[in-house]
Formats: sequence, structure tokens, C-alpha cells
Amino acid sequence: MAEKMILVDVSKCTGCRGCQLACKQWNGNPAKQTKNRGTYQNPPDLQPNTWTLIRFQEISDGNGGVKWLFRKDGCMHCTDAACVEACPADALFKTKFGTVGVRRENCIGCEACVEACPFGVPKMDTETEKAFRCDMCLSRMENGLEPACVKACATGALQFGNKSDMLKIAHKRAKELGGNASVYGENLLGGLHVIYVLTEKVSVYDNLPVKPVKEASWKNLFKPFGLLAAGGIIGPSFLRYISHDPKSEGTEISKTEG
Amino acid sequence: MTNHWIDIRNSDCILIMGSNAASNHPISFKYVTEAMGRGAKLISVDPRFTQTSSKADIYASLRSGTDIAFLGGMIKYLLDNNLIQKEYVVNYTNASFLVNPKFKLPGDNKGVFSGLTDGKYDKSTWSFQKDASGVVKKDKSLKNPNCVYQLLKKHYSRYTPDLVSRITGTPKNKLLEVYKEYTKTGKVGKAGTIMYAMGWTQHTVGTQNIRTMAMIQLLLGNMGVAGGGVNALRGESNVQGSTDHCLLFHIIPGYLKTPKESLPTLKAYNAKYTPTTKEPKSLNWWKNYAKYSASLMRAHYGTNATLEEAYSYFPKLEDGKNYSWLTIFDKMYKGDFTGFFAWGQNPACSGASSNKTREAMSKVDWMVNVNLFDNETGSFWKGPGMDPKKIKTEVFMLPCAGPIEKEGSITNSGRWMQWRYKAVNAPGVALPDSDIVTELFYKVKELYEKKGGPLKEAITKMTWDYGPMGANGKIKHVDTNMVAKEINGYFLEDKTVKGKLFKKGTLVPSFAYLQDDGSTSSGNWLYCNSYTEKGNMAARRGPKDTSGIGLYSDWAWCWPVNRRIIYNGASVDMKGNPWDKEHPVIKWNGSKWTGDIPDGVPAPGSGRPPFIMKPHGVGSIFGPGRADGPFSEHYEPLECPVEKNLMSPQMVNPAVTRWDKVGTGTNVDARATCDPRFPFVCSTYRVSEHWQTGVMTRWCPWLAEMQPEMFVEMSKELARMKGIKNGERAIVKSIRGEVEAVAIVTGRFKPFKLNGNVVHQVGIPWHFGWVTTAMRKYVQGDKKPEVFTSGDAANLLTPFIGDANTMIPESKAFMVNVEKKGVK
Repeated sequence: MAEKMILVDVSKCTGCRGCQLACKQWNGNPAKQTKNRGTYQNPPDLQPNTWTLIRFQEISDGNGGVKWLFRKDGCMHCTDAACVEACPADALFKTKFGTVGVRRENCIGCEACVEACPFGVPKMDTETEKAFRCDMCLSRMENGLEPACVKACATGALQFGNKSDMLKIAHKRAKELGGNASVYGENLLGGLHVIYVLTEKVSVYDNLPVKPVKEASWKNLFKPFGLLAAGGIIGPSFLRYISHDPKSEGTEISKTEG
Repeated sequence: MTNHWIDIRNSDCILIMGSNAASNHPISFKYVTEAMGRGAKLISVDPRFTQTSSKADIYASLRSGTDIAFLGGMIKYLLDNNLIQKEYVVNYTNASFLVNPKFKLPGDNKGVFSGLTDGKYDKSTWSFQKDASGVVKKDKSLKNPNCVYQLLKKHYSRYTPDLVSRITGTPKNKLLEVYKEYTKTGKVGKAGTIMYAMGWTQHTVGTQNIRTMAMIQLLLGNMGVAGGGVNALRGESNVQGSTDHCLLFHIIPGYLKTPKESLPTLKAYNAKYTPTTKEPKSLNWWKNYAKYSASLMRAHYGTNATLEEAYSYFPKLEDGKNYSWLTIFDKMYKGDFTGFFAWGQNPACSGASSNKTREAMSKVDWMVNVNLFDNETGSFWKGPGMDPKKIKTEVFMLPCAGPIEKEGSITNSGRWMQWRYKAVNAPGVALPDSDIVTELFYKVKELYEKKGGPLKEAITKMTWDYGPMGANGKIKHVDTNMVAKEINGYFLEDKTVKGKLFKKGTLVPSFAYLQDDGSTSSGNWLYCNSYTEKGNMAARRGPKDTSGIGLYSDWAWCWPVNRRIIYNGASVDMKGNPWDKEHPVIKWNGSKWTGDIPDGVPAPGSGRPPFIMKPHGVGSIFGPGRADGPFSEHYEPLECPVEKNLMSPQMVNPAVTRWDKVGTGTNVDARATCDPRFPFVCSTYRVSEHWQTGVMTRWCPWLAEMQPEMFVEMSKELARMKGIKNGERAIVKSIRGEVEAVAIVTGRFKPFKLNGNVVHQVGIPWHFGWVTTAMRKYVQGDKKPEVFTSGDAANLLTPFIGDANTMIPESKAFMVNVEKKGVK
């Protein structure tokens, strides 16, 4: 199975938030009361119920004028996924598409993934005590469909396809745009499965690390103790952990195969 | 739209002005983006840097209400630099026509055109010189000082970049950058398009804003070609369809004129409105007027009445009276109505000067509110500042089916009539609008039959065959296919037309077959061809495009006669060769035209002028049909920040109806121009997440979550001056009302420099209303939104004044003050 990828071409994004809404609709995520804090960006950040968020950002154009940047934020689906490594409960896994899938029923709410993610993507829901993030609409992909956000995008700012095709398009587009335009994510953390064509220098964008780093993985060394540390739920989860090999399950592959 | 959505991709330069298409018509940007991928330039002109501006190659700001100055400057630029498409202008427009020598331009006549008395123009001097046989005199060299071209040149010579910049606040270099880029499309084979919306229409000079652009498009040869045209982005998915079928008071279906008192017979009516021409080669399509009016009479009354009788049943306007929205609510406010239907609308938020509109509702005995959800109109009596005990109005709420709960068609901005099917049943007792109308019709008919009344035949003789009749002679449920068929029209008797026999009861194949003798019916001649013996054309879903320019002619149906680009006769030169070889709209293959349905174009070289809907066959650079001038002229909005109109001594469009004059208005019609209490220009607009007054979107939690509160956008400079920080609450106030809003302090608004003075502008969205707020009182049975919104209607602030031609309210430019909440 070829690796899949979402290409986010910010130069074509109009900030209409069709993707943000489509994400909620497909995943059945409810809305929460918000307020206007002096920006169009709402909710303020990714939330347990908001896995796709358009970040609105104004910068100076250096010429007395302004630029208005729109960036779709959400899970980057790293090849070298810190969250998968950190998860002690087998709730996160690498899929055959190279993306990061979720087994929500396994989530024990330990927040290890929240801590581990270099992009600050997973969010804890205090009510259900589980962590939430985008799974790139795994069920859609398994049925040959593009993720909901891509389906909703009118302008072609979001494209979905095989990794090699997306990378080709991305590099061609960055070249076309010239200036500070670049492709972000190809070589980060083993290669992200959500990559950007950015129009500005990476450092300009809010909440986007120039060089995201995965913290040294303690899990491989102390895997069984991780669960203990995470709250001592030794019972079923622990038993499940030691009795299941992630590699043996249907659509999954180990992180090293990404 | 003269063109259509997909056609935007064929453009070489896209001007978006009076619209924030990226946000408010997001799908349009699929085609804008495609065009840009081909190398097209995008220009955004807007008081505020918008989502559209963020994608543009060139952004220019202008003060709200100064579009004519901006565009007038473009006309001067393109004439001075000889950038017109000369062959097109000489042959396809009235540039060469000689105008009455008594006609005077505003520059020579204190800022107004000749003929003005008491706010009304006598248009007798706005006429053409004719020879002895009645043919308009022309000078194809365009040198005669009385020809349209020379008058145009003289008129807009006043619109110098310096003066325009002092009026609009647009930096001069930006003006010139826009002019230079856009006028490149005057080159043969290049096309420029304009995408506009309410930012152009909602002004006292709204119609003339669009006229100015239409003139530019004619001068550059951009009408009729792929990637060109004048393209109105409609604010509602079916507003094109509702306008086609008579949304407005001055027209009846198919843009026929509403009958009036002084035209008591169909004969007199047809004689008045059928244009004639002596132009030897002009087709003058409207010469068929009587066929369309007769067929419309038949669609209403079938053979229950003669054509003259049917005409006598039609409502007539009183001559000289205006029946627009503003007039209706002014009359209601003054107690002239006993009741009204608010059908699929929310006047308490959508009407200009909402305090007046809300007050007006308390003056009627009853109101019927037909809607999907509770709204500020149906609940006006318990709204802010209202005392339910003192309000007599009885309100009836009729829940209706939503768009996916009924079958029917919608006509999009590109004139595509697309059939939709019902997906789910309407909840509870909600009915499709057509069934509500039907019940109402039977009740009214019953009353007339029992009690009589003036012109009772208007109702009692009306046909209503929209489905199988029950034993009581009434239909149970409207079959919208039957309505669509009636709109298309039938042969009412066996009839031979163009050598072919059509049997009684069959559908008319197209409007070319409609008759003036009563043998055909058609509810809207423009839609004749939409539902024929071949089936429901609007339901077609042919996915192929054989044109190469994205016409998709087998997808749905487009009026007229499935022609996707109107005036396409102007896309070819005098010899019949496409101007644009890469994107030909029609092409002669030696025996017939291929491509789009040709717009009344005979074989190449016939010399027939291409604008067949105009009597003389040419595009109107000189347009005497408008109420306020054959050319456009800059006037200030009713409320503006400047003491003087720098263009002339005439401040405001002289032909607008005024309510604020002493003795004619009311205390709620006050205006405050150049008033230190209200020093900031304000405009209203939309956001992607909400729609219209928000009745359909504020109740949707996902949308409310993204845009939960009324806001006011302002520059950093203004915020500093007023001590307002980003995200703080502020009060926006006009002389007519106030709203609370969250301040968005942004670099996307910049202060304007006008004639040496600094003027600030702010902007507010218009989607909010008190019904979905947390602060209001909820009693048992009231539905509470899952996500509350805050703030009330932007229209509480807007002035009660409309465009001189259409009476659309001036919601895009008025004066306000902004204070931090809690500061007096």
C-alpha cells in the first residue's frame, strides 16, 4: 500500500473553513460555546472536539500593507510519530497509509501523546478522559475516499494522494511561487504525511515549529512501567498491552515501516 | 451573470470589487484559482483588506461609496491612452451615435444632467439624433463632438487620478496600477471579468456603479466573450431565479413590465413596452413582447378568460408610485397596512433602519411569519425595547420545509436552472411553501366566491392545475414538475408554427414558438425551453464538456435557450471570426455555428449588430434608460465624512427618493452627514460562516462556534485613538441606533487620507440578531440554541434611503461612532 499524504497549499487557501466544518461533520464532533477574542480564529486552538483548525494570522507585508495568512492546523501524521511511541495503551498506531490511527476505546487518558507531540496536536477531553486528534479519516481512506477536509476544499488548497505525487506537486508549486515559498514536512520526523507549501518563511507561522523534535523515547526502554507511571491502571490495559502485538492487527504496520 | 461560474477560469484579469468573493462565494475561488494558475491577474478593490485581497496580485483600498470615482478614473485612463477595443466599440456599441445637442453633462450643469426638476429627470434631451427615415445618426470616426464617444471622453475627463485619489482615498499609484493592469484586457483576444456583489448595489448610486463597469467592459470588448462579462454574484442560491420570476415590484415574470393604471388594456400595454427601431439590420428581439405577455396571461388564466380580460385582472401600479421595500415599511410605519406576510425573510434584521422596521410591525393587526426557525421578525413583540402588553399585532408562525425537504429548481448566479430532489420529509407540520400558498389560494378563492369583492375574477378564474385533483376539485399536494411545465408553457390548441404542427396540450419547445393570439401559454418566456416534450432539462446531468471552455451544455439548463454566455454574438468580429482564438464561444464551421447556442447570430458577414435585446442592436455606453443619468457621475452617499463633493456642487444623487426631508419623513429617518458625533464611515458585510440575517446559520452550532459574536473591525490607529483594545467590547452607534460588538483591531483597515484629512472606516457583519443570544429571556417552550451568539442586527444603524433606480437600501456606506463599552 502506497503511503498517502495531504498537501496543504496555503497560497490557495481562502480561510473559508469548509475543511474545519467538514471535519466536525464527518467525525460527529459537537460544537462548544466560544467567544470572539478579536480574531476570526475560533475555537482558539485545536480542541478535543476540533481536530482541524484554520489559523488566521496577520503580518506586515513590509511595505505599509498587510498579509493575511490562513493555515490549516491538525495532526501532521509523522512517520516517526512520537505519540505512537509514547502511547502506553496501544491506542495509537501506524496505519498502512503511513498515517497515525486511533483506537479510542484503548485510550486511558494518560496524556502521554499530548506531552510527546512536537506540534501540540492531541487534546485531552476532561469529560471522557481521552485524548483526541485527527486520524486523517482512516475509515474514508480504507474505502478509497479522500479525507473529509480535502473533499470540502473548493480551491485545491488541500490535495490528497500518494506521497510521491503530492511531493512532486508541492515542489513544483513552491518553485512556481518563488520568494520565500518552501515545502514543509518532507524530511521532518521521518517525513510528515501532511505537508505544506508555505508562502512565507517557516518561522513566520504561529504554532509551527521550524524543526520539530521528538523527545528521546523512554517508552521503548520502559514500556511496561509507562503504564504504571501514567496512573497505575495495571489491570485490563496492561494485560491487553502485553498480550497484543500491534504488528499483528489488520491495517497496521509498525512505525519503522513508514 | 452574463457569463457563469466556471467561465471565470477563462479570464485573463479578474477584478473583484464590491465583493469579498473568497469569503462569501467560496466556490467561485475554485475558478479564480484556476485562472490564476493560467497566469490571470487578480485585483481586489475594497475598503478593507479581505480574504479576497489576501489572494490578489493587486490590492487597492477605497472609501465606501466612491466606486464611480474610482471607475470613472479608469474610463479616463483607457480613453486617454487609447486602450479601447476599437473595432468592437465602433461596431458593437452606441459610441458612434449622435446625441441630442441640447443634452448637458454634469460638468457643464452644476453636477447634474440636463432635465432635472424636483428630484426627477425629464429625459427628453437624453436622446439620439435621427435622420429623416428615423435611423439614428452616427459618426463611425467617433470625432463628432456630439457622438457618445466624445461626450464620454468629455464627461470622464474630470475624473483625473489626483481628484479621484482625493475622493476615494486610494493612493494614486495604486489607482494607476489597477487601471494599467485591468485595461490590458482591451487587447483583442484578452478577456477581463468583474465579480461584484452587494458592495456595489447597496448604495444610492448602486445601479450606476454597475453601469460604469458595464461601460468599461464594452470599451474593452469584454462583453460576450469567454472570461469576460458583468458578473453579479448573487447573495442567495436562488435569487437569480426569484428575480427572473418577479421578485421586484416593477417587473413581472421574464422581465416584462408591471402593468400600470394608465395602461388599461393589453393592447395599450403591449404598444407602450414593445420597442421599435428603424435600424435596418437590428433584430430588436423585444419586438416579440406581445407574444410573451399574451402567453403569461394564458399561464395565469388559461382559457378561463380572454387575453384582455386576463390583463384586466392583473394588479396595476399607480403611475409614479413606488412599491419597493422601503416604501412598504414606511407605509407600514405610518399605519397604512393592516397585516403582512413575512415569507422566508427576516425584515426585523434585514431591513434598513431596523428600529423603524420593528416599530412598523407593531402597527399592523396581524403578521404571518413563514420560516424554518423562530426569528427576530416573528418574535419582534418581545424583542429589545418592546413592551408586549402594548403591541396589538397577532403573529402566526407557519413552519415551512427547508431546501432539502422539497423538490424543485433553483437558478444560480450563472442562470443555470438546476433541479433538486427531496431528500427527507419536513419535520412536524411543516409544509413546502407551494403547499402553503395553495391552501391560502383555496381559502381566498372561497371567500371571494362567497362574499364577492372587487376584481374577484382575478382569483376565481385563476388556473391551479399543479397536481391530481381530489373529489373536492382541489389538489392535495403541489407537484413542482407541473409548475415547471407551466413556466415553460403549452400549446393550448393545435397550432402550426414555422411549418410544424404542434398538438394541443404539448409543451412549447422554445420561446421562438410563443404566440400573441392566445394559442400558447408560458409562465416565463425566458424559461420556455426548460421543460419540453424531451423532459425536464433542468434535471439533466450530462458531465461532459465538448466546448473546451467549460460550458457543460448538457448539465442542467440555462436561460435563455440553454445559452451559457449571453451576447455571444459579440465574441466574434464583423467577419464572424472569434476575437479569442483560444477560447471561442461560438465558431462558424462553414454551414452553422458550433459551441454555445448563438445569440441571434446569423451567418457571418450579415452585419446584424450582436446585442439583440437592445432596439438598435448595440451595447449602451450611453444608457438613457436609467433614472439618474445616461452616464454615471460620482455623488456622495447620503451620509458621508466630507463636506463637499469634490466633483461637483451636487452632493447626493439628485434622483433618489428622500425620507429625511422635513415633512416627508419620520423621526427615525434622521441622517447625520459630516456630523462630528458620527465621524467614521461604516460598511456592512458577510462572513463565510453565516448567511443573510443568520436565521439559518445562527441556529447551527458548528457555524455559531466559528463566528459567535457581532464584531466591529477597525484600524489600529482608530483603536488607539478610542482606547479600544483587540477583543474588547465596543458600542457602534449611528443617529438611528446602536449595536454592541467585539472589537477586532486589525491592520486590514487603514485610515484614509481624503483631500488632506484623515478619515477612518469601520466594518460590521450583518448576520446577528437578539433571538439566539444568551442574554434574552427564554420561557418554557422557547428553543435555546446549542451555541449562543451575541449582538443584534447591523441594520439598526443603516439609513433609510435607496438607490435611485432599484431602491435597494444604502447599507454599504453610512456614518457611525465607536466607543469602548462603558465609556460615554
